Amino acid sequence: MSLFNVFNVSGSALNAETIRLNTTASNLANAESVNGDSTKIYRARHPVFQTMMDTSDPFAEEQNAAAGVRVLGVVESTAPPLQRYAPENPLANKDGYVFTSNVNSIEEMTNMISANRSFATNIDAINTARDLLLKTISMGH
Amino acid sequence: MFQNIFGIHEQALLLHGQRMSVLATNMANADTPSYKARDIDFSAVLSHTDAAVLPMETTNAAHIQLSNDQMTAADLKYRNPYQASLDGNTVEMPVEQAAFSETNVRYQASLQFINNTISELTLAINGQ
Repeated sequence: MSLFNVFNVSGSALNAETIRLNTTASNLANAESVNGDSTKIYRARHPVFQTMMDTSDPFAEEQNAAAGVRVLGVVESTAPPLQRYAPENPLANKDGYVFTSNVNSIEEMTNMISANRSFATNIDAINTARDLLLKTISMGH
Repeated sequence: MFQNIFGIHEQALLLHGQRMSVLATNMANADTPSYKARDIDFSAVLSHTDAAVLPMETTNAAHIQLSNDQMTAADLKYRNPYQASLDGNTVEMPVEQAAFSETNVRYQASLQFINNTISELTLAINGQ
């Protein structure tokens, strides 16, 4: 655990937040997609974050030393789809209904802002660590 | 003669670096459910990594040299959150950012002290 570790840790967070932003982009892009079959609609996808444990760390034997974050997987939202009466839609079922995706746009926007903030914070941490290491390298000059 | 010329700052630099790593881990896991924020008690760690403490003498190759300049697992404590999140995460971003900034300044201060010592010694060696 030294200052160099900041690059690994914050780098893993940047990766995880990028995946989160990607799922948000995918969700927002598909927010208005419809289907006549409620089982075939687009379902909002959300990443599940998990703390990565560093097994090479000397602390790991006694306590789990955390080292960054990873995306364990992407889960689909189980929220019910919206049903809309649109008989003119070629995808409508025999009763004239279409089902829209279960993406909650407000939820996605707040998720995006949160991911944005976290990304910026981790970039700052990397920049700070880099500055300090550069100053340490030039020690005595 | 030149033993321990940098005083406490040599250990302090190492510990501040380790603390920044711990704080970076907290910030990386700000959105991870059930993650518990951690930190080190700086003064407590520094007190047992103090260079003034005499090292144990090893007279045989099989003797184990106790390393007292390392942070141990017991020094890594869990933070008491002001208000924990519903998902069990105890990272409070402003707290972490403030601690990170503080460590940043303290690291630079220790570095400056070391640099000053080097300058003084260079001056003494050159004699001008």
